[in-house]
Amino acid sequence: MAFGAFGGAAPAADQQQVAQRKSPIALWLLLPGLLYLILFFVTPLFSLVITSFQEPVPGGFLGEYQNAFNPSNYVEVVGTYLPHILRSFVYASMATVFALLLGYPVAYVIGVKLRPYPLVQALALVILIAPFFISFLLRTIAWKQIFADEGVVVGLLKSMQIIPADAYLTGTPFSVVFGLTYMFLPFMALPIYTTLEKLDLRYVEAGSDLYASPFTVFRTVTFPLSLPGVVSGTLLTFIPATGDYINASRDFLGSTDTAMMGNVIEANFLVLQNFPAAAALSLILMMSILVLVSAYVKRSGTDDLL
Amino acid sequence: MIGGKDLTDTKAYQRPVNTVFQSYALFPHMSVLDNVMFGLRRRKIADAGQKAKEALDLVELGHVANRKPAQLSGGQQQRVALARALVNRPALLLLDEPLGALDLKLRRQMQLEIKDIQSEVGLTFLHVTHDQEEAMTMADTVAVMNQGKIEQMGPPEELYESPKTAFVATFLGQSNLFGGEVVSSTKDVISVAVAGKELRVPVDRAVAHRGKVTVGVRPEKVSLHQAEPATDSSRGVIGPGRVLDASFTGVSTQYLVDVPGFGEVTVFAQNTSHGEHAVEGDEVFLSWSVEHAFGLADMPPAEDRFLNDTSTGAMAVQEREKIEQELEGA
Repeated sequence: MAFGAFGGAAPAADQQQVAQRKSPIALWLLLPGLLYLILFFVTPLFSLVITSFQEPVPGGFLGEYQNAFNPSNYVEVVGTYLPHILRSFVYASMATVFALLLGYPVAYVIGVKLRPYPLVQALALVILIAPFFISFLLRTIAWKQIFADEGVVVGLLKSMQIIPADAYLTGTPFSVVFGLTYMFLPFMALPIYTTLEKLDLRYVEAGSDLYASPFTVFRTVTFPLSLPGVVSGTLLTFIPATGDYINASRDFLGSTDTAMMGNVIEANFLVLQNFPAAAALSLILMMSILVLVSAYVKRSGTDDLL
Repeated sequence: MIGGKDLTDTKAYQRPVNTVFQSYALFPHMSVLDNVMFGLRRRKIADAGQKAKEALDLVELGHVANRKPAQLSGGQQQRVALARALVNRPALLLLDEPLGALDLKLRRQMQLEIKDIQSEVGLTFLHVTHDQEEAMTMADTVAVMNQGKIEQMGPPEELYESPKTAFVATFLGQSNLFGGEVVSSTKDVISVAVAGKELRVPVDRAVAHRGKVTVGVRPEKVSLHQAEPATDSSRGVIGPGRVLDASFTGVSTQYLVDVPGFGEVTVFAQNTSHGEHAVEGDEVFLSWSVEHAFGLADMPPAEDRFLNDTSTGAMAVQEREKIEQELEGA
């Protein structure tokens, strides 16, 4: 379901045609991918499900677990980590909204306004993608330096008395959401750019011919036609942002007060060695994203578009 | 200027004008009905839905109101585009080659339908087309434009029967044009010397009355004679010439006759009798009634035929030639 959504969900008619054209060659072409998925997705998923129901070996060492059916693991992790779960979704939603607000205008300018200047357009795209050339760990550390207590930003804000003298930015929800927004901005802007770049401007012309002001044309024509890009962009931002554990980590832009689900899962797997709890949390994260995304894709009705 | 108001400075969305685009430009994400309602909604007009339904009924597409434009055929999309513009009752409806994408049969059908709808709603339609026949079939007034300027404007019959410029004479239908000089004129006719013959043109059908002029006559007005016809002051006669080509097209036979001094003359002979017909190689005389001749002040430029190619490649070549000529002249 979620994978289909990235492709903009092919209309039912096309799927039927594909099914009719099914041939041995298509199966052979699918085989490598299927094998890969079975080996590296389905098998680990099963292992994860089994682990999530395990219980500690009585009298065993830390990190020793045996197979069991212990659903209370789920109740326990939800009880313990509910704030982190909620925080994950709140931070990810905020980052998605901010990335959309920042990314859409960028994509619009590059995809529509810069069309007459192909060279400038290409250059703008390169600038948009440029951050990918640097490791995201390095980029996040760089932001940590910029937001540091002795850094330029905090110093300037203090000297202008916008924030009190004892204030700080690192380790706050602000810096975590900022980091998430920054990290996933290109994932938001690029799919929107792709749909806007293909937008037939004759629709815009027709809109203004039919008495719509530029803003109304945008609201009723341009934006609805770019919805497939908006949907893929928000999914590409929201899903990884929910599970992100770099920005919210104490070592980067976060603190213990900003820990998200990813950080909790990391701590349970690597530090506390509470594998069943980590597995249960991973599955809860996965299922909730799946439910949210399905509802979102269904509601946005992208099936109708194109 | 529409209704006495200069609209040059108003924005496109504030003008009482609607357009039927060549590509239709129907909004693909809206239903047919929403497309038609778009303009009414923007102007906050009451019972937009009802008006839109009526407009769709007018183009006989009421039954597809809830479909998406992509589910309609080209002709149906064209009619939706028409309804979407018409429903606003604009002061002026622009039709920008709206039938260009349709096949010939559908185009003929749509021409008649648009004409019916036009007389039904009584709005002013401004129809841009490259199809001369379409212009003549549909319009009350035709303006022939060349290089961005109006060459001649008037009812189709007037433009066809008495063209005022060589461009109009050759663009709307075919014409035989002979260049010559006025030798004498009376109150009613001028006489033009062409290759040793005197051709007469009624004064009121001639643009210029002295000096170098062009005498024109439409191919279907020219009669073919096996022998030289008796001299008659009411008929222009040229010949003898040789038939270069005779092609039978059903309703008529088209002859191409080479007359020394006059060049190649086209003749359309109505296929009304079984009698003898001229064949290739025959020597024939040509005549026409003087009242069918028209006089022009200009000749079509000799190498004019492909100048109107508006593909970007051709325009680039033309621009380059122009610049090269300028450079040589300087």
